[in-house]
Amino acid sequence: MRFMVIVKANEDTEAGRLPSREELAAMGKFNEELVRAGVMLAGEGLHPSSRGVRITYSGDGRSVVDGPFTETKELIAGFWLIQARSMEEAVEWMKRAPFQEGQVEIRQVFEAEDFGEAFTPELREQEARLRAEVERRRS
Amino acid sequence: MAAPDARRAVEAVWRIESGRLIAALARTVGDVGLAEEFAQDALVAALERWPESGVPNNPGAWLMAAAKRRAIDHWRRRERLDRKLEQLGRGAAGEEASAPDFDAVLEESEIGDDLLRLMFTACHPVLPAQSRVALTLRTLGGLRTDEIARAFLVPEATVAQRIVRAKRALAQAHVPFEVPRGGELASRLASVLEVVYLIFNEGYAATAGEDWVRPALCEDALRLGRVLAELMPEEPEVHGLVALMEIQASRLRARVGPGGEPVLLLDQDRGRWDQLLIRRGLAALERAERLPGPPGPYTLQAAIAACHARARTVEETDWPRIAALYAALARVAPSPVVELNRAVAVGMAYGPRAGLEVTDALTSEPALRAYHLLPSVRGYFLAGLGRDREAAVEYERAAALTRNRRERALLLERAARARARAG
Repeated sequence: MRFMVIVKANEDTEAGRLPSREELAAMGKFNEELVRAGVMLAGEGLHPSSRGVRITYSGDGRSVVDGPFTETKELIAGFWLIQARSMEEAVEWMKRAPFQEGQVEIRQVFEAEDFGEAFTPELREQEARLRAEVERRRS
Repeated sequence: MAAPDARRAVEAVWRIESGRLIAALARTVGDVGLAEEFAQDALVAALERWPESGVPNNPGAWLMAAAKRRAIDHWRRRERLDRKLEQLGRGAAGEEASAPDFDAVLEESEIGDDLLRLMFTACHPVLPAQSRVALTLRTLGGLRTDEIARAFLVPEATVAQRIVRAKRALAQAHVPFEVPRGGELASRLASVLEVVYLIFNEGYAATAGEDWVRPALCEDALRLGRVLAELMPEEPEVHGLVALMEIQASRLRARVGPGGEPVLLLDQDRGRWDQLLIRRGLAALERAERLPGPPGPYTLQAAIAACHARARTVEETDWPRIAALYAALARVAPSPVVELNRAVAVGMAYGPRAGLEVTDALTSEPALRAYHLLPSVRGYFLAGLGRDREAAVEYERAAALTRNRRERALLLERAARARARAG
């Protein structure tokens, strides 16, 4: 299963203040731990909302508003995409993140469709390629 | 915390910590089986305590301390027993007298090396493949015996027995807890990679789609592979295997139709391929290819998978490159099936005559005598050359060999059409 860990913005991230050297080092170490455990799939930090844009849809209408946006705590400052066997495991990993304050939100990524239906046996990519040729010939 | 929640939290911590815990203990006591038992004892202690006390701030250290206590108890009991035996004049000759240095357990700097040692030990060729798989999932994947049993569709008792026997076999063979060096490394690494890929394929070919445990094996294998790639960054085949698994996993979503039927590679909706996994796979392949030495079988298979991944449409597929990669694969890992795959790629790249020529050499291959894909591919090439009468014969032969009803009908239909064209 995959989880998106959404890092909420705060005044510092919204002000564009970069983390201190120590904070960067601690985060680097944490990320390294995630990579070494084969858990981290992706992760990025975002510029403050002052460099962001919002598009609001209303029927055919589109209104575009430039940042910054006010409700700081609802904004996003970055994210991780991690792979874990359960929400509990994702939580255990993220409890280890070196934040001193603030909040993250963990959400499961949809992928039930991958595994919901029956897989057919004897399906190996090697054979599949060959059979695909046969299938194509028919059409 | 409610009891079931606490239990799930303990299991989550276990999944994160068990590999490191067992690896560090195994280095100290020199025995994977014992290490695993001490770690299990610590898990039981956590299941007793944490529901009341909550998960401690540093759960890994807590588990390690608990496991250490059990290990020290074990040694004290053994020492007392040894002394008694000595008093009776029956000294335990040859047995290690001094207790291991438990203070040295869990030195941060050693953890990576310990995990690597654990991988090589759990995948030791002295064990049968199924036992290697079970022991690897149990010690490094943090899976419970019943989870492994469900994943491999065998009774739990079977898996438990495999693990017990594997631990005993390792002890009896005096397999040292170490990473092999020199000439032995290549063959032992091949055994590790084989286990990881076996786990992946078990998930990939999963039949019981109701049960998420089976496809989850793909993720377990990917995690093991990625861990290994971090621990052995200089080994190209490790990156090759990771690349192969990432790219194959990128197609999981696309390879089953709405009715549960398989969708073949060239018919898949490429929009459903997971681009994140493809990017990760291509990056791993690049790492493999940058390292010195000729590409090994996993890297070559990954390179073939990458050709398909890079093609946005079937028509964009770089068949000449795929044909060349299969030729290289046939050199390092010769097999009739690889050669048949090469024939298809050659046919796609250079036309049916060239493809047919490659298959000619395979018709006398005993391993392919009952393999329906050989005549089916030959039928395809022959039909492409307008040799319809021969094509029909090949299609009929293929139809008689396949066990899949839908495929048989399809092949017979094609045979009938070829006959009609032949007049």
